[in-house]
Amino acid sequence: MKERIVGTVRRVNGPVVEADGITDAIMMEMVQVGEVRITGEVIKLEGKGAVIQVYEDTTGIAPGDPVYGSGEPMSVELGPGLIGTIYDGIQRPLEALFDISREFIQRGISVPKLSRTTRWTFSPAAKEGDEVQGGQCLGTVQETERILHNILVPPGISGSLSYLAPSGDYTVEDIIARVRTLEGEKELKMYQSWPIRKPRPSADRLPLSEPLVTGQRVIDTLFPLAKGGTVAIPGGFGTGKTMTQHAIAKWCDADIIVYIGCGERGNEMTDVLTEFPKLVDPRTNLSLMNRTILIANTSNMPVSAREASIYTGVTIAEYFRDQGYHVAIMADSTSRWAEALRELSGRMEEMPAEEGFPAYLPTRIAEFYERAGYMKTLGGKEGSVSIIGAVSPPGGDFSEPVTQHTKRFVRCFWGLDRQLANARHYPAIGWLDSYSEYLEDIKGWWEEKVGPEWSADRSEILDLLQKEVRLQQVVKLVGPDALPDSQRFVIEVCTVFKNAFLQQNAFDDIDRYSTAEKQSRMLHLIVTYWRRGAEAIQRGVTLVKLKRMKILQDVIKMKFSIANENMEDFERLEMKLERSLDRLGAIYDEN
Amino acid sequence: MMKTDIQRNLAAGREYLGVDKIDGPLLFVKNTHPVGYRELVECVDSQGELRLGMVLDSSRDVVVVQVFSGTSGLSMPGTRVRFRGRPHTLPVSKTMLGRVFNGLGQPSDGGLAPMGEQDMDVNGRPINPTAREYPRDFIQTGISVIDGMNTLIRGQKLPIFSGNGLPHNELAAQITRQAKIKGAEGNFAVVFAAMGVKNDVARFFIRSFEESGVLENVALFLSLADDPSIERLITPRSALTLAEHLAFDEGMHVLVILTDMSNYCESLREISTLRGEIPSRKGYPGYLYSDLAEIYERSGMLKGFPGSITQLPILTMPNDDISHPIPDLSGYITEGQIVFEREMYGRGIYPPVAGLPSLSRLMKDGIGEGMTRDDHPHLSSQLFAAYSYVKDVRNLASVIGEEELTPLDHQYMEFGEFFERKFVNQGHHENRSIEETLDRGWEALSLLPAEELHRVTQDELDTYYGRIADRRGSYGDGTGERD
Repeated sequence: MKERIVGTVRRVNGPVVEADGITDAIMMEMVQVGEVRITGEVIKLEGKGAVIQVYEDTTGIAPGDPVYGSGEPMSVELGPGLIGTIYDGIQRPLEALFDISREFIQRGISVPKLSRTTRWTFSPAAKEGDEVQGGQCLGTVQETERILHNILVPPGISGSLSYLAPSGDYTVEDIIARVRTLEGEKELKMYQSWPIRKPRPSADRLPLSEPLVTGQRVIDTLFPLAKGGTVAIPGGFGTGKTMTQHAIAKWCDADIIVYIGCGERGNEMTDVLTEFPKLVDPRTNLSLMNRTILIANTSNMPVSAREASIYTGVTIAEYFRDQGYHVAIMADSTSRWAEALRELSGRMEEMPAEEGFPAYLPTRIAEFYERAGYMKTLGGKEGSVSIIGAVSPPGGDFSEPVTQHTKRFVRCFWGLDRQLANARHYPAIGWLDSYSEYLEDIKGWWEEKVGPEWSADRSEILDLLQKEVRLQQVVKLVGPDALPDSQRFVIEVCTVFKNAFLQQNAFDDIDRYSTAEKQSRMLHLIVTYWRRGAEAIQRGVTLVKLKRMKILQDVIKMKFSIANENMEDFERLEMKLERSLDRLGAIYDEN
Repeated sequence: MMKTDIQRNLAAGREYLGVDKIDGPLLFVKNTHPVGYRELVECVDSQGELRLGMVLDSSRDVVVVQVFSGTSGLSMPGTRVRFRGRPHTLPVSKTMLGRVFNGLGQPSDGGLAPMGEQDMDVNGRPINPTAREYPRDFIQTGISVIDGMNTLIRGQKLPIFSGNGLPHNELAAQITRQAKIKGAEGNFAVVFAAMGVKNDVARFFIRSFEESGVLENVALFLSLADDPSIERLITPRSALTLAEHLAFDEGMHVLVILTDMSNYCESLREISTLRGEIPSRKGYPGYLYSDLAEIYERSGMLKGFPGSITQLPILTMPNDDISHPIPDLSGYITEGQIVFEREMYGRGIYPPVAGLPSLSRLMKDGIGEGMTRDDHPHLSSQLFAAYSYVKDVRNLASVIGEEELTPLDHQYMEFGEFFERKFVNQGHHENRSIEETLDRGWEALSLLPAEELHRVTQDELDTYYGRIADRRGSYGDGTGERD
């Protein structure tokens, strides 16, 4: 549809613009407002009137200004050039904006979402005359060293291929294929548009079975996330939501990371932009920027673009999933998105539900998280989208609406604990509030790929952590001396576990990321210390002796001293530990 | 020029006599030409006095105007209103340093308005994240608990969460006096914005700037407690507009002190309630977060520019409650926070900075080898861990009595006492070097057995643990240089 004037502005109230004289505007249509041409979206139609949410600052917009309709819903462009780019909430490349408006972002700038001049080397993967359908791969482009970009037939198009471009360099605007469909011949380019609010179709939803290995011990070992799963990370300010998200974005074993900075600090995005290109992915030895897409709507950028940024991110993720990749989305933070909904709803004078949030908040949260999953794609491959959503509850109080509603729609919960953060115990994921429903799904993977003892070790240590809480309550009342050695040993082991295992230093070259194998080895060592130590205490060994074992210092420092590649060092440490424990027990056996 | 622009410029000359409704600081004007959102408004009352305002809501039927200097004295038929067709701008220049302005940026020291080099929109524009330079230059404030545990970085926004009656003004003044960057001197400026603070407080700051001889490098924007509350909404924006000019056009390092942000938020709530908006928590508008972000995010450094803006907002937590919306939302935007604790103040500790909830997010990249000292990251992490354990031990001691504690816990108690009295506590004019701060930290840790220190490396233990007495020579008797 051609661009046309669909109405004129009647009222301006912050990011909400009311228009009248509406002719044929379409619901969710992308529009441009005023002569400065700021972008917006139609969100309500009524009689001759419409409500438009505007993605840019509305200063200077006056009643009577024209509203231009584009005839298209709010869409993203999907094609080569996405990887390594930083976009704003409505997929405008920030680097291109910088070239036009320099340091401070101006309004009404329109730049192509994907570069129209970059030439990509296309290698065909089908041939003329083939019957093709939506999701099928037409050819590939090596987008970065790491990512082979599959050029897909857009969903909904099927027919026989009447033309396919030969190998060569093309821009995204060049026609690379023609498909003879029932409705006539369709021309295909290397990019396609897709409305951001509509999930991309796939053939089938598959059960989850593989963990998303994040390299963070407290997550992988205690509260694992599956590929295609969803998780919420709630925490008050300063508890390390962003730190946790950054650590996962750096080290998890997804193929592609979509990092959505939704209403957060500008410097945090700059941090990612400066740090990621320098970091090397341990699995591929390539720069992390080779697999990362950033979407930045910082807290001082317009509110409604914040609302859109979440959908922009998830649509891009689905597109790469359709190519058979495992994608992880970091959404930091979904609370800002919910607040954007609240602000827009308030400006539209809708009836509020809890704490001023609109009544449709839970529906929107559910729709977003349901776009995650492990899918069989239309092209017959397998790919997944995992969503890791941070939540910023006001006052750190998890009973507020966004946290509560999010909890209903995710299956994994990493609650950040203020007490732990205050003690600078990072990641501050509390082991009492947090849970993961994916354990049963992925247990098989750990037992098969890493070691059969994993599940048993894990439940033993979780059990100890629960026991410790009860013991600590006693200690708080009567002091530690009142407990017998066997119970004080539980507290001791938990302290060792927290220091040596749960705490992880994101800035230490060795500790920042642990392979599944290292995690399971470390866990096993600590569980061995517990099992054998508890036996020894029964035989009369004192707690002081167990605590003073020299080898214990090596166990506590193993996270720093043993690198992921040196698994044989663990064997040595394990032998030394067993021997020390043997000696300790032997003294008492003689008596 | 487009046709609409010409029309708008012509319309900007129109003057409307009489308004249709006055409600608090809001004017309602009907039957106007199309007026742009956030346009600058000039109102002239019957005495001929000019007041500035801004369009808050514009529609075909009625335009809502917020008058910054209040509406008292305005009459419905006698008020003349003119819409200027452009947003509120502030003429800014370097000559504004050393001067005093009201919240709108008009001189209130009796002098002439300075010649502006540039007219800048007070609302600013969001900085493109790709243009930002990640801040990593350590600022030495000479205050141990900040330098050692919550390091301030150039370009950071680090608020002080305080309470009524706590010495936040003294601390802000001390930071201004002592702040310096290793190896970089000179070209600095202070922009001071006071929102609804008492006359005495403003005078305290002026005197303090005078005493340290920096007054000619300070621009003051004062909207005091007896000025119209609505003016507070524009005060930080005027101040930051000047700060941006100084930092990014003049290449200066600007420290912006905003006090008190709580008063700013109160004014925002006032306007929001008057407009009948749906409130979120505690009656504050739903957009409080976005509004605060518009202020706090105007700080940092830009690639290729020598200057920087460091923000030090001060806010008093209502009823010392850190989960109140104002400190809570601020904490989500700023890069850390310095939190004051009344209990420490009561025990005579200055600055009464609560060890655990205070945080500097940018510290990780600004400390360590080549910036402060190689042991700094681990040392501060260890101090936090040990001090957090002290808090547990103190709770335990209050239940079971100090005598019942284990010998190790006794050591922790001793450590806690030393840490608060010798590390955190310092004089109003005591300026400690970073080396001294770190050594004091080690001195405190040396009261604990070495096996307890899991977060420092063996090398660091060998170099510093229990050895501070030997190292003393480097800076005298350990009381630090006094000025």
